[in-house]
Amino acid sequence: MSEATQSPESTEDDVGRRDFLVLATAAVGAVGAASFVWPLVDSMNPSAEVLALSKIEVDLGPIEEGQSITVVWQGKPVFIRRRTKVEISAAVKDDGADLRQKEKDADRTQKPEWLVMIGICTHLGCIPLGQKAVETKGEYGGWFCPCHGSHYDTSGRIRKGPAPLNLEVPKYKFLDDKSIRIG
Amino acid sequence: MSSAPQWKNPVIRWVDERLPVFTYIDHEYNQFPVPKNLNYFWNFGALAMIVLVTMVVTGIVLAMQYTPHVDYAFGSVERIMRDVNYGWLIRYIHMNGGSMFFIIVYIHIFRGLYYGSYKSPRELLWMLGVVILLLMMATAFLGYVLPWGQMSFWGATVITNLFSALPIIGEPIVTWLWGGFAVDNATLNRFFSLHYLMPFVLFAVVGLHVVALHVTGSNNPTGIEIKGPQDSVPFNPYFTAKDSVGLGVFLIFFAYFVFFAPNFFGEVDNYIEANPMQTPPHIVPEWYFLPFYAMLRAITFDVFFIPAKLLGVMVMGASIMILFIVPWLDTSKVRSARYRPVYKWLFWVLVIDCFVLGYVGAKPPEGVLVLMGQLGTAYYFLHFLVIMPIVGKLETPLPLPASISEAVSGGSANSSPSGMEKP
Repeated sequence: MSEATQSPESTEDDVGRRDFLVLATAAVGAVGAASFVWPLVDSMNPSAEVLALSKIEVDLGPIEEGQSITVVWQGKPVFIRRRTKVEISAAVKDDGADLRQKEKDADRTQKPEWLVMIGICTHLGCIPLGQKAVETKGEYGGWFCPCHGSHYDTSGRIRKGPAPLNLEVPKYKFLDDKSIRIG
Repeated sequence: MSSAPQWKNPVIRWVDERLPVFTYIDHEYNQFPVPKNLNYFWNFGALAMIVLVTMVVTGIVLAMQYTPHVDYAFGSVERIMRDVNYGWLIRYIHMNGGSMFFIIVYIHIFRGLYYGSYKSPRELLWMLGVVILLLMMATAFLGYVLPWGQMSFWGATVITNLFSALPIIGEPIVTWLWGGFAVDNATLNRFFSLHYLMPFVLFAVVGLHVVALHVTGSNNPTGIEIKGPQDSVPFNPYFTAKDSVGLGVFLIFFAYFVFFAPNFFGEVDNYIEANPMQTPPHIVPEWYFLPFYAMLRAITFDVFFIPAKLLGVMVMGASIMILFIVPWLDTSKVRSARYRPVYKWLFWVLVIDCFVLGYVGAKPPEGVLVLMGQLGTAYYFLHFLVIMPIVGKLETPLPLPASISEAVSGGSANSSPSGMEKP
């Protein structure tokens, strides 16, 4: 390259054309390499059989008031709680409190009695305690994440600790009074 | 330094004329001039190399017995412990080798910090070392997931979730890392693949680290450069011998844990098989991550528009990234803390601070420990960002000796007629 540009025959026009050819070749090469890399990168995304497990149906019949169950959806725990009147009124009362992520209790439930949410702390993915009667429920009577000390209220909203967001409410639908489909 | 050796063996000579590996080895590991005053803290680079080789060798054999599947991983590790010939020994060497690697490398890093080994012209050598530390951390994290115990699973969950703190791209990245919607079989499989790959990347960077070292030569406890042949000795036999002594002591230390306290560094919860539906009451990373974990948890408050979670991740990342710019943060003209009366003490305060952070990282984040973690984190950054630049400017260093030779023997720089010869 350097010898060629120094040769007496080469003109400025030649240099410009040569640079263009080099750039064009490099660009085509880069696009080719990138298009080969993408399948490799995308192969690490969830595969078809993982995606296929994206919906489940849950029978709510056996759950008594004040009881919670945990079901598995997409490998994640989903908390389903049949809340007591006291819990519902506490959650509604705190709608106006100083919340980190402002959400009304009514917007987090389809029927006030049933709270459905993904049981994964929005901080770093631990499973909060509070599903079993014997477990600690934190300072707001909902859930408490033992990993880094996040407290959630009876609506699953973050009230104290490092977690940035409320417990996520998944997409779900009441199929009838006593069963839902998550996903 | 010295002339190329004349190889007597015709086969060696034939090869060497075409590919000078023997000349290279002779030059870099036999004649290579090393400051004659190196103390035992200079053993730790060689020790780290030996542990890396040990980890690769035991790891290759373990991989022949291990099954990277969520249903079989935990069982296959227990099978290694009970049924595979010497499986218990190989696994305990590999498991404790990880801890040994970090003990050695942390001492190696603090050695560099004390004697100013990162200063010009060794900045790139130091930065390659930081890259090695990062690769080691990644390798150790990936490897810890493989036995598929409770701490494996929840450690993987917590650490991969760190990426979810990134705005917008966070969630897709985490899903991509997992290959699913939670840590699952796809995750275990790729972690195994990457755990096997990483040591070879590590080898490559260690190679560059060693090449860079052989360009600048070793620093030494006085922090002054070799000024003539009287200041150095050939690497072999002087430091091959000294490294061998250190190796012997280290192997006794290593063997003690392998044979008498193999689970000393581990967490009992990792002998419970992973259960995605149950978080252990108290998640702790391996000891070598504790100070960084403490810094991650120290941030419990939002700053302006940055949420606490993202800030915690940024602080933890910054605690290592800051090491990359240490050569430019330290403004002192003197390398070795031996001649820096103020900084010498502040160095030890940093060491204590790291231990305090380690202690906080091991405990649940409650009460006074939260404040301790926050103060410890603040001090860590204060040391690098404020103390290093300011003390370097203000402090009056002690007078430096004229040469290494003078510092060692007390004579004048040119008193000894010649350097030590090869016996």
